[in-house]
Amino acid sequence: MTDTSANGVSSPVKGNKNRLSLGKLLLEGRAFFALILIIAVFSYLSPNYFTASNFLIMASHVAIYGILAIGMLFVVLNGGIDLSVGSILALCGVVAGFFMQGVELHVFGVILYPPVWAVVVLTCALGALIGAVNGVLVAYFRVPAFVATLGVMYVARGFALLMTNGLTYNNLAGRPELGNTGFDWLGFNRLFGIPISVLVLAAIAIVAGIVLSRSSFGRWLYASGGNERAADLSGVPVKRVKVTVYTLSGMLSAVAGLVLASQLTSAGPTAGTTYELTAIAAVVIGGAALTGGRGNVRGTMLGAFVIGFLSDGLVIIGVSSYWQTVFTGAVIVLAVLLNSIQYRGRRGATK
Amino acid sequence: MSAAPGLSDVPLAKPDVREVVLAARHVAKNYGSIQALKGVNFDIHRGQVTTLFGENGAGKSTLMKVLSGIVQPSSGEIILDGKPVIFSSSTDARDRGISIIHQELSLAPNLSVRDNIFMGREIMGPTGVNYAEEERQVRGLMEELEEDIDPLTPVEELRLGQQQIVEIARALSIDSRILIMDEPTSALSATEVEVLFKVIRDLTSKGVSIVYISHHLEEALQITDHAVVLRDGAMTAYAPRAEIDLEWIVRNMVGENYDLGTPPGGYEFGDVALSVRELTVPSESGAGFNVVDRLSLDVRAGEIVCIYGLMGAGRTELLETIAGRVRASSGQIVLAGQEISHLSIGERISRGLALVPEDRQRDGLVQTMSVGENLSLASIMEFTRGIFTSKKLERALIANSIRDVTVKTDGPEAAIGSLSGGNQQKVVIGKMLATDPKVILLDEPSRGIDIGAKAEVFRILSDRAKRGQAVIFTTSEVGECLSIAHRIIIMSRGRISAEFSADVTKEKIMAASGEAVAA
Repeated sequence: MTDTSANGVSSPVKGNKNRLSLGKLLLEGRAFFALILIIAVFSYLSPNYFTASNFLIMASHVAIYGILAIGMLFVVLNGGIDLSVGSILALCGVVAGFFMQGVELHVFGVILYPPVWAVVVLTCALGALIGAVNGVLVAYFRVPAFVATLGVMYVARGFALLMTNGLTYNNLAGRPELGNTGFDWLGFNRLFGIPISVLVLAAIAIVAGIVLSRSSFGRWLYASGGNERAADLSGVPVKRVKVTVYTLSGMLSAVAGLVLASQLTSAGPTAGTTYELTAIAAVVIGGAALTGGRGNVRGTMLGAFVIGFLSDGLVIIGVSSYWQTVFTGAVIVLAVLLNSIQYRGRRGATK
Repeated sequence: MSAAPGLSDVPLAKPDVREVVLAARHVAKNYGSIQALKGVNFDIHRGQVTTLFGENGAGKSTLMKVLSGIVQPSSGEIILDGKPVIFSSSTDARDRGISIIHQELSLAPNLSVRDNIFMGREIMGPTGVNYAEEERQVRGLMEELEEDIDPLTPVEELRLGQQQIVEIARALSIDSRILIMDEPTSALSATEVEVLFKVIRDLTSKGVSIVYISHHLEEALQITDHAVVLRDGAMTAYAPRAEIDLEWIVRNMVGENYDLGTPPGGYEFGDVALSVRELTVPSESGAGFNVVDRLSLDVRAGEIVCIYGLMGAGRTELLETIAGRVRASSGQIVLAGQEISHLSIGERISRGLALVPEDRQRDGLVQTMSVGENLSLASIMEFTRGIFTSKKLERALIANSIRDVTVKTDGPEAAIGSLSGGNQQKVVIGKMLATDPKVILLDEPSRGIDIGAKAEVFRILSDRAKRGQAVIFTTSEVGECLSIAHRIIIMSRGRISAEFSADVTKEKIMAASGEAVAA
């Protein structure tokens, strides 16, 4: 009896090891191969696609989604979802625009023009605060993440519309005599020939990658996303982790809002509509599990580039925007399909 | 290991085959590497009650699930009316006249009693569901069960016992030939049990066959015609009612040669490591009773204490309260002289208190992480320098743990799900031992692992006690109380009902827990 059971256990394990290799490589590296495929196809279809300048332009578009997607990755790793990032992006953009117009203090009868760095700090703090509200609602009041962030999504969008009465701030350049110039720098300037927004994305991605793989917080995050009860009983401060991930997501939304406002040189209350869905798509294409505990920054970045390069490529070869929507949707469904195949395979192997 | 203890008790004489309506032949069921059933033969006689006895994890519920089509056997066959059958689903089995009352309630709390009873087999009229007819039938069933439950009450508004009645009524409404009752009385009052027994006698006189499972041994003896005892997934004994008594059941359930070690000796206990004073924990459901009721307990360094009790005795709640997951409404928890009631779980762990939870899949392991990451999960701060974790220190800690609790694994990178149940349990234990606790709490550490792994787990705990750590473990298997524990505490209804030294007998333990003398 002992012998048969021992054989029964060991043989499928061995079989599995032999079946690794090509199929598994393709499955695990699917986002990477998809990206290569997209670049190859569009380079063939359009001579303008495979140029350094086009790549940099596309990368600066990806930056917005990429920054949002990293915040989203933190939330998804925790087993949650953040639908409010697009609205936080808009609200923070509008608030930044509002500061750039000058803050009138009636009591003193003066108009304050905060310098750009102060605007950036205040905006990020606002994003973090809204994110923290999400986190507290989810962690301490046990509101389902979907509902809590859906509510905050509406509230933030509403405030953005209220602040400008539905209009857009167009003058973000500041004036030299007021000492508040430089807002365009984020969206337009380049360092070593690379757009600042892309560098911001790279910096955030590197820091996030290190946090996830090398810090105790990262380990807490993977553990509480994988099994919150087990993490809790192992002494992981699961509630604090939860509040932190939503706070980070809110803060990164604010950063994305600043970059977008700077790229467009305007801050509108309807900016970033449905961006939360693009961010979720990037995370999912990058191989993260919406149930939490699985995923990494590298995959999410690939996911963001897949979506960005695909939609820009379709624009370049002149496909109608309606078809772009269809293609993007198909890619997302395909990605989720592959995710479930991958995780089902893994679960099957473990049982 | 295959020579299961007490196998010689299996009767050679075959029971009367003519009267058998449903039978299992050599039925085995594996869950991964765990063998829940090891080739069981089981007969159900027409118009009679067959009771299945066995400890938790003996395979009773699995056997019933096989017989009612909920799970498919890994091997062996089911014979209905003399012909082999394969039940494709529980609906298939139900259509052939087999229904089951589950141990866990399977009612939809939001729906009414009527809708629950006819769930999935609604009576259709010309204009949709014929609610009036359904309601009439439910009223009839409630009359038969002597319960005053309105058919339109949502199930969630009923107390647990009434919900169990609804579950029973649902099974009765099917008019089945074979009715399986898995712990039907666990939440019923004595009068309700009487009524249920009357209903069972009515049914058997009509030729319905009953399979009955209960932890209340005496209660089951009142109603049964045949007794079958399972142990570790194998049938150990079979006899008609006339030939058996309580002692026979206990002997066959527990087994004789069950060696899991002896209490470690040759040293003096140290100071009191954990002291619980007048601890009270209210029921989570807000039902107004206390799951732990003014309980006091002292455990010394180096001492091993076993807590025995039935399901719902409050063992899990006691340990989870000490560990900090559940808040007590009053009382004190003192660890090595310091009050810790106000501390978080993490702070308690760093002060030297570790809990190995009962359900390792739900509370112990992170399935998305590797063996190594699971082992190091409770000690992350031990290998964190500044804000970064040190790979080198972590590897050392994991290697040490794997050696310490002897986990058989391909390496720290292996998926946690690739391990056997026993090795998974050792990972959960190893994870908590890596925090170098002063007091180790283990809730049912032997649940769902084979006898070899059990012995190893107890050896590890024994070693830890010799090193001066205090060990408290719970069990629902009497045999395990009489292994390494220096002291055996019996819990019943949130209190300590008895306390024994290591030389107590199984019968005394079972009597004190309320198992043998219930209702």
